[in-house]
Amino acid sequence: MPKRTDIKKILIIGSGPIIISQACEFDYSGVQAVKALKEEGYEVILINSNPATIMTDPELADATYIEPITPEFLIKIIEKERPDAILPTLGGQTALNIAIQVAKTGVLEKYNVEMLAANIDVINKAEGREEFRDAMTKIGLKVPQSYIVRDLDAAMEAGEKIGFPIIVRPSFTLGGTGGGVAYNRRELQELCTSGLDLSMTTEIMVEKSLLGWKEYELEVMRDKADNVVIICSIENMDAMGVHTGDSITVAPQQTLSDVEYQNMRDAAIAIIREIGVETGGSNVQFAVNPKDGELMIIEMNPRVSRSSALASKATGFPIARIAAKLAVGYTLDELKNDITRETFAAFEPSIDYCVVKIPRWTFEKFPEAEDHLTTAMKSVGETMSIGRTFKEAFQKAMRSLETGRFGFGGDGKMPLDNLPEEDLLDRLRIPNSKRLAHIYEGLKRGMTVEKISELTLIDPWFIHNLKQIVHIEGEIREKGFQELDTDFLRYCKKHGFSDVQIAFLTGVDEEDIRQLRLKKKVTPVFKLVDTCAAEFESYTPYYYSTYEQENEAKVTTARKIIILGGGPNRIGQGIEFDYCCVHAAMALKELGVESIMVNSNPETVSTDYDTSDKLFFEPLTREDVLSIIDQEKPDGVIVQFGGQTPLNLAVPLEEVGVKIIGTQPDAIDRAENRERFKKLLQKLNLRQPANDIAYTVEEALVAARTIGYPVVVRPSYVLGGRDMRIVYSDEGVKDFMKAVSNGASRMEHPVLIDQFLKDATEIDVDALCDGSNTVIGGIMEHVEEAGIHSGDSSCVLPPHTLTATIIESIKDASRAMAEELGVIGLMNVQYAVKDNQLYILEVNPRASRSVPFTSKATGVPLAKLATRLMLGETLADIGFTTEVEVKHWAVKEVVFPFDRFENVDTLLGPEMKSTGEVMGIDDNLGLAIAKASLATGVKIPRSGNVFISVRDNDKKQIVAVAEKLELLGFTLFASSGTMKYLKRAGVKCELVKKISEGRPHILDKIRDNEICWIVNTSLGKRTTEDSYLIRRAALDYHIPYTTTASGAGAMVKAIQELSKKELEVQPVQYYNRLLS
Amino acid sequence: MKALIALEDGTIFEGTSFTGAGEALGEIVFNTSLSGYQEVLTDPSYTGQLVTMTYPLIGNYGINDEDMESAGIHLKAFLVKEYCPFPSNYRSTKTLAVFLQEFGVLGVEGFDTRALVHHIRTAGAMKAAISTEDLNPASLIKKASGWSGIVGRNLVAEVTCSEPYGWADNQPVPGTNFSSAKAVGSEKFKVVVFDFGVKYNQLRILSELGCAVQIVPATTSAETVLAMNPDGIFLSNGPGDPEGIPGVVETVRALLGQKPIFGICLGHQILGLAYGGSAYKLKFGHRGGNQPVKDLTTGHIEITAQNHGFCIDEKTLPAEVKITHINLNDNSLEGMQHTLYPAFSVQYHPEYAPGPHDAKYLFDRFLDMMQG
Repeated sequence: MPKRTDIKKILIIGSGPIIISQACEFDYSGVQAVKALKEEGYEVILINSNPATIMTDPELADATYIEPITPEFLIKIIEKERPDAILPTLGGQTALNIAIQVAKTGVLEKYNVEMLAANIDVINKAEGREEFRDAMTKIGLKVPQSYIVRDLDAAMEAGEKIGFPIIVRPSFTLGGTGGGVAYNRRELQELCTSGLDLSMTTEIMVEKSLLGWKEYELEVMRDKADNVVIICSIENMDAMGVHTGDSITVAPQQTLSDVEYQNMRDAAIAIIREIGVETGGSNVQFAVNPKDGELMIIEMNPRVSRSSALASKATGFPIARIAAKLAVGYTLDELKNDITRETFAAFEPSIDYCVVKIPRWTFEKFPEAEDHLTTAMKSVGETMSIGRTFKEAFQKAMRSLETGRFGFGGDGKMPLDNLPEEDLLDRLRIPNSKRLAHIYEGLKRGMTVEKISELTLIDPWFIHNLKQIVHIEGEIREKGFQELDTDFLRYCKKHGFSDVQIAFLTGVDEEDIRQLRLKKKVTPVFKLVDTCAAEFESYTPYYYSTYEQENEAKVTTARKIIILGGGPNRIGQGIEFDYCCVHAAMALKELGVESIMVNSNPETVSTDYDTSDKLFFEPLTREDVLSIIDQEKPDGVIVQFGGQTPLNLAVPLEEVGVKIIGTQPDAIDRAENRERFKKLLQKLNLRQPANDIAYTVEEALVAARTIGYPVVVRPSYVLGGRDMRIVYSDEGVKDFMKAVSNGASRMEHPVLIDQFLKDATEIDVDALCDGSNTVIGGIMEHVEEAGIHSGDSSCVLPPHTLTATIIESIKDASRAMAEELGVIGLMNVQYAVKDNQLYILEVNPRASRSVPFTSKATGVPLAKLATRLMLGETLADIGFTTEVEVKHWAVKEVVFPFDRFENVDTLLGPEMKSTGEVMGIDDNLGLAIAKASLATGVKIPRSGNVFISVRDNDKKQIVAVAEKLELLGFTLFASSGTMKYLKRAGVKCELVKKISEGRPHILDKIRDNEICWIVNTSLGKRTTEDSYLIRRAALDYHIPYTTTASGAGAMVKAIQELSKKELEVQPVQYYNRLLS
Repeated sequence: MKALIALEDGTIFEGTSFTGAGEALGEIVFNTSLSGYQEVLTDPSYTGQLVTMTYPLIGNYGINDEDMESAGIHLKAFLVKEYCPFPSNYRSTKTLAVFLQEFGVLGVEGFDTRALVHHIRTAGAMKAAISTEDLNPASLIKKASGWSGIVGRNLVAEVTCSEPYGWADNQPVPGTNFSSAKAVGSEKFKVVVFDFGVKYNQLRILSELGCAVQIVPATTSAETVLAMNPDGIFLSNGPGDPEGIPGVVETVRALLGQKPIFGICLGHQILGLAYGGSAYKLKFGHRGGNQPVKDLTTGHIEITAQNHGFCIDEKTLPAEVKITHINLNDNSLEGMQHTLYPAFSVQYHPEYAPGPHDAKYLFDRFLDMMQG
């Protein structure tokens, strides 16, 4: 069946901001889909509120709406664009949910819009628990005993019938939010209450727990002619009970015989047919009883998912691309396999390597949260690695995680020797983010495989493999450096041991091992990911390293550049950097330079095999990167786009003679090294907050007192404000030093101590410099005051309150610093303005998190241009010599993962906690703010009761907010202090009791849904339990809340404008046209 | 224990035996199935071959008592990247190494199997020798090239049954004239199975579908078969070159038109020769569980299990034979049907084991054909 010609215009729905359970993978799938449909000649319309995505690049779709992904906006776009069809299966759960909501309004029928790939009935059948259970029963498949309930009484009754442990899963939520395992009645009651609240349909499933069963996933594809293929099988190392997104997974499945596997395959095919997914990819999750092989169906996603991204990268089969083509009518046998060129997409990939995915968690950012892994996903990123054996892939994945580990132990960095036996057993029993370290410790202590398997519920096959690794560690230790012969070295490398591990175990330096290896010619070869286990010739240069005989790398003599990617997503380093890396590859392509991408994150566009000329799916460590460099001998390496990961490699690579292109490592050091930076600013006559460095507690105390409290303290060389704090006293300094020093009396890297500029306005600048000339890419004014991490602040481009004089001095300072540092490429500066004085907070001579936002807001592809500068062109050569004057407003707003973590406060501070961002763009500032808020999922209050309780500092500023709200017809409630202040200022408001003042108090009002917005600012950490409980209740009951006075001001501006004007939608191409 | 793998073209790989000492000669081939090594080992079609699994981790789920495709192992040596000595599966009763040792078959691990596969893909399947005893490359290469090879050889003689037998309670039972055959349900049809190296799953499926099966030696005459008065005749899979088996083609030709015939793999090739066509040897064969086949009668695509080194040349077939299935990877002939006589066949394995179950419907077609 050829492609459909009755449809011409297709609307694709993206997934919005990065949140836990929805990350870069949907940019990857969206990009593939847009490209695939454009290639077929369709007009593609896109909605996605996330500016940090490649899919929202204006060149990609015909019309790109960076607008909130809500039913209202989607309807406006449909009304304006009148697409023939919408494709809702490539933007994660967000896209699916919105499509259902819009379909229910009847708008699709009204405008004759077809839902491609999966219609509303299909989605309901797959996602509605009851419908799904009935469907499974119909085709003779088993699902765990369960009851769908809509209220607490029914839930408790169902619980009685099933027996503990019981799993609670809310319907229609993201990543299993609110779900969990209950072991007793009290826990069941708690989980059901929150689950009912979180479900879009107030519906939860109370289900028999299959704790300890083995968990599997199959990626299935179906075309219009009912051909079905399985792309990949995945086996979870962690048993049922841990969310698959939090599970270490392996592809293909390892411990099922063919009989068991084929039964699972049959089930997956029967399910996709019964559910009725017409075309595209789906994902089915299974549980298998390890004792008797009984098979149960856990769930089915009628769309591409995080696992399909993993499966695509693991096999080389581009699921999203093919899914998009199937959606418009092609059949699998009509689509070529790009990798082999001669075969078709109608086949099942065979792989001849092992793939391991390990999630990356971020519990250190939320110390109040318990480090337990449950059925609700908590990881923020993941890394994948490929090896010829599980052991090799696993150790590579460990070092790809970039958590300071260089493999499974053997690097001196899993110190649990002192952990009491009882605690160790406990931590093996309860899944947590450090479980591998505990397994390692168990093995080191001689625990049996059976014992560890029994405690962790992890299949013995995995533990046996890990035991072998620990065994080899012992062998290396015994050998010692002198005895490392060629055969033994090769044996270690085949089992995935890194040079760092071997060096640690033999008491030498990493470089000693590297030199020894090079001398003995123990170097890796590169094998192809080819979808077919070498059965056919492969044309796609997608490589992984391994220690084998045959090297398949085809090295060219072309001019070539290596781009080092950002590794696994984490808070502070995510999609924004991948965006930059992808742009670098695009720029190189345009310049005819061979681009070579190195990255380890399976969710990304950068690890798509057609993004660059060559892809190395490898850990971003010195050793792994040098192996690629030794092989490829590139003309240069780009380290400034991938965030801190590649930046940390700049000096180690340069030391061994690798050419870093663009800004030189020394310039980076001049900006990062406090002393050198101070000198630079002095030379340029620029001001920075009073500051000092300290290596010891004593030095820190002296410095803090000299500068004067409050001060900002932080370790050097970190990204995302890790461990950054504002401290107000000696006690605070001591606490901080204790937390970051790891018990050392003198730290290896200094801590930085800065004067804290209270109530200053913070500004972010992105600029391009060619070494001698500089052009400002964009100036962003933060909404929140300085002191809140720039990654967590919302901001406005262009600046909305700054004077022309300040803006000029910002530009001058930026130029002066860029040219003094000799920046070639991108630079980001953070400024603070206080009392009309400009302070330099920090300079980063590299791509920053704000680059994609600036690029989308101004229509200038900064990262692409920067790449050209790095390759030697000047700003004049590329025709970018004047700053873009933006006539519209672009507002960045961020989203936080607070709802994933119990007991966590929602206050903002100098440590970054947000996972993603959105952009609101409009001709009107208030409306741009409104769009940004809506895009984060906030319901903007239009009338009702607002509760205000602010700290003394903010009282003056909040009066203006209160006055405006009063005018807009809101009723104001306040805590006693704030009420007094407001009344004195002539604002009418009522008192609400604090929790300590008796009932009914504020929490009662929140629970009774009487409050539509909460403004609650507080000083530092949990100053009072009261204000924490208010914020947490606001979060739990989904009531909009604002924790800064300036944020409240912005929200009021949005409410004001919304009361005057209707929101309209415009594609970014419209704003770009206005600029040119 | 060090093991040397020598190919007739002089290529050498060095691995380690995980089954102890031994030496084997055969045709070196590869299989791309991710799971199902026990079925591969016990499939008689691998007679005379040295089989490399492309999936690197083999032995993970051990060996069980059920997944047997014949009574023993038929391949000559089994080559893997990494052997797993600690199987984990509730059905496992022994390790892969123990199983190989029971049948005196050499198991070798620890070398670049992908490089070997790449070599076979470009140079073609070829003769090879593997040894832990003779570690002299030159001598081993000589042994490899000196081996008789499989072209023109009658390997079926090595695996076909010597006496007829039936199938009951999921196992072979001696006997003739369907006396020992018992179908799972009511016995709808009587099927005579020519054993060219039959895989048990063909018998299991026929039996499960309600057929009483009588398995007969490959050399059984047409008269003997017709005397049993079966409802249909089934030509099984088997090893080697279809042209190497004397008399069988003539027997099948004599049966054409007499009774409905269904052929699989070697059975399909023999049918092709009986139609008057000829076979050719594929460069490196199709062996795996992911081969896409299109049913030209329905347009539907099935993912199939395959294991064959020879193929019927469609250009040599007479006009009354219709092509029903083709391989989407290389467009080679995968299935055909006689338009005048009730006979059809496929080159691949609808009985799977190992592999996907997509093509099982062909057994129903056979039943429909016997129904008339």
